[in-house]
Amino acid sequence: MNNNDPLIIAGKEFKSRLMMGTGKFPSHETMAAALEASGCEIVTVALRRVDLTAPGKDILDFIDRKKYHLLPNTSGARTAEEAVRLARLARAAGLSEWIKLEVIPDPRFLLPDPVGTLEAAKILVDEGFVVLPYINADPVLALKLADIGTVTVMPLAAPIGTNRGLITKGNLEIIIEQARVPVVVDAGLGAPSHAAEAMEMGAAATLVNTAIAVAEDPVEMARAFKLGVEAGRKGRLSGLGSVRFEAEASSPLTGFLR
Amino acid sequence: MNSFLEELEKHDIKALAGSASAFSTANVKAALSSSHVGLREFLCLLSPAASDMLETLAQRARSITLSRFGRVIQLYSPLYLSNYCLNNCLYCGFRKDNPMERKILPPDAIVKEARFLFDQGFRSILLVAGDDPETCGLEYLREAISSIHEFLPSVSLEIGPQSQENYIELRKAGAEGVVIYQETYNRELYKRLHPEGKKRDYAWRLETPERVALAGFHRVGIGALLGLGNPMEEAVALFLHTSFMLKRHWKTRLTISFPRMRQASGSIKPLNPVDDRAFARIICAFRIAFPDVGIVLSTREEPRLRDGAVRLGVTHLSAGSRTEPGGYLDPDQRKEQFHVEDGRSPAEVVEMLVSNGYDPVWKDWEAVLV
Ligand code: SF4
Repeated sequence: MNNNDPLIIAGKEFKSRLMMGTGKFPSHETMAAALEASGCEIVTVALRRVDLTAPGKDILDFIDRKKYHLLPNTSGARTAEEAVRLARLARAAGLSEWIKLEVIPDPRFLLPDPVGTLEAAKILVDEGFVVLPYINADPVLALKLADIGTVTVMPLAAPIGTNRGLITKGNLEIIIEQARVPVVVDAGLGAPSHAAEAMEMGAAATLVNTAIAVAEDPVEMARAFKLGVEAGRKGRLSGLGSVRFEAEASSPLTGFLR
Repeated sequence: MNSFLEELEKHDIKALAGSASAFSTANVKAALSSSHVGLREFLCLLSPAASDMLETLAQRARSITLSRFGRVIQLYSPLYLSNYCLNNCLYCGFRKDNPMERKILPPDAIVKEARFLFDQGFRSILLVAGDDPETCGLEYLREAISSIHEFLPSVSLEIGPQSQENYIELRKAGAEGVVIYQETYNRELYKRLHPEGKKRDYAWRLETPERVALAGFHRVGIGALLGLGNPMEEAVALFLHTSFMLKRHWKTRLTISFPRMRQASGSIKPLNPVDDRAFARIICAFRIAFPDVGIVLSTREEPRLRDGAVRLGVTHLSAGSRTEPGGYLDPDQRKEQFHVEDGRSPAEVVEMLVSNGYDPVWKDWEAVLV
């Protein structure tokens, strides 16, 4: 990958543009191997899964903090208030000031609450957290969040865990077009080709969890996503040809002009 | 807002369950390839025609479970507080007329039992008690919850139905979820099986999950006790209940369970025993109909069945359970609610899960969320 093309979030540089989630893996060991294979540098962990009272067995014991930047997430929070409480807990426990903000009132389709997310983001930014909010692919919400100082926006491609790919493509294009902060396409990417497509569209990064964790071979799938993300990014930077509907050689409508 | 009781009364459950016998193998195949599994498709999956296609159902259920939940099983443990009960449910060892030695755990014993479970690895505890507000009332329960919530992030309750106000108090004390099974959805049978006590009130019990949700609990578990009513009818009613809760109380995480009745000392025999194949079919049908809903399986089932059911669609397992108050530190089978069939220790269940390629999850909740 082009070493002069870092991903910069809140002033911090990252070489990899693939972030990984840590849920649904068949074992902590497999998860650790998949993280390694993915080349990722940012790893998100659900705070509700972290057990600081079980050293040696906890998920955090399998994530090398020198190698990976830990991004605790607030999954499980249904309201802004609950998300804020979780974020404060993460900071108090010395895990991180970076928070992947998830406010999800609906445990079934796991779609984020735009109002609650905006409320929680305001509070957390004011308290000095580095906030990366998970949102639906809503361009106006993305702008409002950037206005209050979140360091990325993380719109979903499809509902979490569905592997359906870029079903929100039209809105993602607008979000990317308007973006002043890195746009990380999160959730629903089911295949390396989906990740490549998101990167070709101009996403700054993607976050993948389910598709890797539940794959037959999670480690190889992590490698495949790494390649997908790199291919998409390279494609984007190398100037993709635009799609042509008509040949341009003859000019039936404008040929009369001199 | 209409209640589930009103919703249930709109349906002729017996006729619906009976209609399943008309479906053919082709109907079952169509149901399996349908993108939305509604009542009709669900009936197909439970039909006699589907019983010959159990392996196909199982494959589908498994692939849905893997893609939605991954190879992950959540572990929890029951902690029995009391076997005092004012009801007389004919199928239960704790029933009032059963001459059993009664015991209610004092506060310090609750903490000791909970510590024992904590040391085994559990971070999710289900407090269970017979229904006796005299001995095991709101104050007692609040204290029990808050004393263990200090070190156990997830505390849920399986106790007699409460008012919404009481549920709010219990949630504030630190409880995250409530489990309340209807036992049987068949009103007539319900009446016969519950000759005495507050439990006679079918509607009060049926509407409990709604009160739990309105009280702001994060999680509610519903289900039917298989072995009482006609299993097809119970499954259909539970399907309607699940659908209702998902639509109406969409912020509350739902788990479902279908414990199979075991004869306990002093209780009746199962009226409609459900064999293993029928049981597996019910698990598969619910998984296919509700891809995101957790399915809970307790130690009532024997190891062979539990190990297999994990691969079909079960997502939550208890392990190493005792069903008498104080049973972890001071076991006494004479005080049990029922005898557990899977007597393996939590460590042995974990070993089984790991050797089958599953991640046993002890903690999936954070205390600050309640
Ligand atoms: S089922 Fe519950 S209410 Fe009925 S007798 Fe047993 S403990 Fe009491």
